[in-house]
Amino acid sequence: MKSAVKQEVLGLNGDEAVAYAAKQSDIDVVAAYPITPQTIIVEKLSEYVANGEVNTEFMCTESEHSAMAACLSASATGARTFTASASAGLALMHEMLFVTSGCRAPVVMAVANRALSAPLNIHGDHSDTMAERDSGWIQIYAENAQEVYDSIFQAFRIGEHLDVQLPVIVGLDGFTLSHTLENVQVLPDDIVKKFVGIRQLPTVLTHEGKTVPYRLDPSNPMTMGPVAMPNYYFEFKRQQEEAMRNALKVIQQVHEEYAQLSGRRYGDGLLEQYRLEDAEIVVVCLGSTGGTVKTVIEELRAEGVKAGLLRIRAFRPFPVEGIVKALGKAKAVAVMDRSMSFGGNGGAVCSEVRHALYDVQFHPYVADYIYGLGGRDTSPSQIRKIYEDLRKIVQTKHVDEPIKYVGLRE
Amino acid sequence: MSSKEKSWKEASPAGVCWKASTTYLTGDWKTYTPIRDLEKCTKCLLCVLFCPDGAIHWKPEKNDIEFDLNFCKGCGICANECPSKAIVMKIE
Amino acid sequence: MAFSEGKFTTKDIAEKPDLFLSGHRACAGCASATVLRLIMKATRGPTIVTNATGCMEVASTIYPYTSWAAPWLHTAFETAGANASGIETALKILRKKGRIKDEQVDVIAFAGDGGTFDIGIQALSGAVERGHDFLYVLYDNEAYMNTGIQRSGGTPLGAFTTTSQAGSAVPGKLENKKPIADIMVAHDMPYVATAAPYYWKDLIVKARKGIEVNGPAFLHVFAPCPRGWRSDPAKSIELSRLAVETCIFPLWEAVNGEYQLSTPSKVIALAPQKKKPVKEYLQVQGRFRHLFTPKYEKIIDEIQRLTDERWNRLLKRCGMTPPAKTA
Repeated sequence: MKSAVKQEVLGLNGDEAVAYAAKQSDIDVVAAYPITPQTIIVEKLSEYVANGEVNTEFMCTESEHSAMAACLSASATGARTFTASASAGLALMHEMLFVTSGCRAPVVMAVANRALSAPLNIHGDHSDTMAERDSGWIQIYAENAQEVYDSIFQAFRIGEHLDVQLPVIVGLDGFTLSHTLENVQVLPDDIVKKFVGIRQLPTVLTHEGKTVPYRLDPSNPMTMGPVAMPNYYFEFKRQQEEAMRNALKVIQQVHEEYAQLSGRRYGDGLLEQYRLEDAEIVVVCLGSTGGTVKTVIEELRAEGVKAGLLRIRAFRPFPVEGIVKALGKAKAVAVMDRSMSFGGNGGAVCSEVRHALYDVQFHPYVADYIYGLGGRDTSPSQIRKIYEDLRKIVQTKHVDEPIKYVGLRE
Repeated sequence: MSSKEKSWKEASPAGVCWKASTTYLTGDWKTYTPIRDLEKCTKCLLCVLFCPDGAIHWKPEKNDIEFDLNFCKGCGICANECPSKAIVMKIE
Repeated sequence: MAFSEGKFTTKDIAEKPDLFLSGHRACAGCASATVLRLIMKATRGPTIVTNATGCMEVASTIYPYTSWAAPWLHTAFETAGANASGIETALKILRKKGRIKDEQVDVIAFAGDGGTFDIGIQALSGAVERGHDFLYVLYDNEAYMNTGIQRSGGTPLGAFTTTSQAGSAVPGKLENKKPIADIMVAHDMPYVATAAPYYWKDLIVKARKGIEVNGPAFLHVFAPCPRGWRSDPAKSIELSRLAVETCIFPLWEAVNGEYQLSTPSKVIALAPQKKKPVKEYLQVQGRFRHLFTPKYEKIIDEIQRLTDERWNRLLKRCGMTPPAKTA
């Protein structure tokens, strides 16, 4: 697909791609706290501010908890707000993530996905964001630095959409993406600025009986973040769920609009399908692993194996319909989980995928592969082994081990 | 739940309050009611300032104060702080 | 400037419309409610309020009702400082970009002792270090009252709370109150003050000074709680006077780190015979009842000693000479 606009190619790592996109997004307030592997993002933003390259207030808070609280309150005041975090930082924000989505503040946050302690580990896995999957944030996982860059703009448009009004996480695998230099095509500032636009505010009914834009405004006072008793709390949670449902459509629309502009497309924005039309054995994964899987698929296809990939780009909202459509005809599916749900029935991604397929009449066999924890490398040969397992499952019509650990010393 | 409560589709998002608490009367909490001796009252207005519930209003047009028993919780701060002992608390 | 110089009467204040409205659900005799009402009357114009989780937040915003005529935001317990930071920063940039009216909007953060001494101190300290322009008001009722009287770092020595109970082995809280306002002065911030609602004018003036000062201001307001202190609801304002008269809670302000006694405490400093024994303050509160038994009466002496020690230290900070030691 060709882009209508001329784009420059820059050598950027994933963190720099985030910062560059943030710089172009006309952000009003950044409140953040450094943590590996996202630190480059806040360093870059600080540099942009220092050089007068952005019209943004940069606040380096004393903790991630305060970073998120400040993002929320700045957003409540009407500002477009951005932050970045990872691992322990995201975990420290946990409480505020729920408050932010509950207050319907469309904060955008880049998360350079990293393992959680203990033992301490600074490397990539999805434990941090998976632990926040019920926090009411939209979650988008990127495969490479280019997609990271593209996703930031889309995140603002999605989160700020009047039918959505939810915060958005853009996940990039720690080090694999955050610290790896790639060629990234960047759009001109004015084109992006136009695409992102100015933040729109929904209207709300206030105690003065007025219907006014939702922000802290002395001309139109309103009370935000009150106490809701059992007679009302539930209603607000249902509203958040509706916003998530709406986001399914908005993510696709915004993605398509951006694709027209940039010439870059990631499936339908929710799911990316790779060689899936006739695939019998399919790997499902998130993030940068998608790249490795695609390489292996090419090898297998050359050998006549009908292998395919379904990369989940939007994990929240979870695109059930698309997943059923994409996997309903496969014979065996391996879901790759880069985090653990201790004591659960497999990882978070597998639980959701398997659950989505339950109502398909002839659903495929599903096996879970836990991999890459704490930055453990996952090689093409290991992916190849997963496809071999799937072939065996198809032949024997039986899943021997529903949960396997990739690259773990037994 | 009363039918006056809004459905999730009707309520504004995020719990923005749509009623002022001045429509929520707390006057029935009280067991004591302030009674003012007009002779003693010097209209110093300390009771207006100290009332936690904003239940004593200064009415400039009447040059007088007015107790709003709809909100008075009967705490007795007005009586206790009155420099001229013009207020007594009577059991309801 | 007339307002911050105290050039107003009770009538001026009574005529200012309430921004903290009637119909809130604070307990009868809640001094915190009086404090909030009076401070909101000290505002100079458009103001945005943020509130930490606590008594006043819960009592004032039970959906769909609100007692706030000013724009108001609550997010969490430990976030008052961070919220104020975010609001102030957003106002600054939105004004610069022409997205909001070009006018001065003041930011006030209210938090209780739990939200300030304990769980919120980090966010408060960070916000002050970053120099945001806001007034932080600590309404101190000396325990987690909203959740049923649990001890905080602001609970005084000897007080009964449900997590510092008084029994045959332990005489209530074993530790003394954290000197939070001094901790804030140590941040090198432009304005710190203490206030008590009985001295309403002093309170309003200080709140106004805190609003008008450029940069962060911290106001520590003493707020008796009849429910938690087991005291007569009618005596809440009187107790705030007694706390000042016993020097348990002296009134002072520190402008750019320079301490100065406020009039009610200065009167006592100049005429030490006016200083009342702490016993007078303690004996009217059920939370100290166990101290008036032979087993624990020594704690009262200890409270007196600690009160004197802190008072004398304050006098020195204010450049005054503490009375010569007797006995």
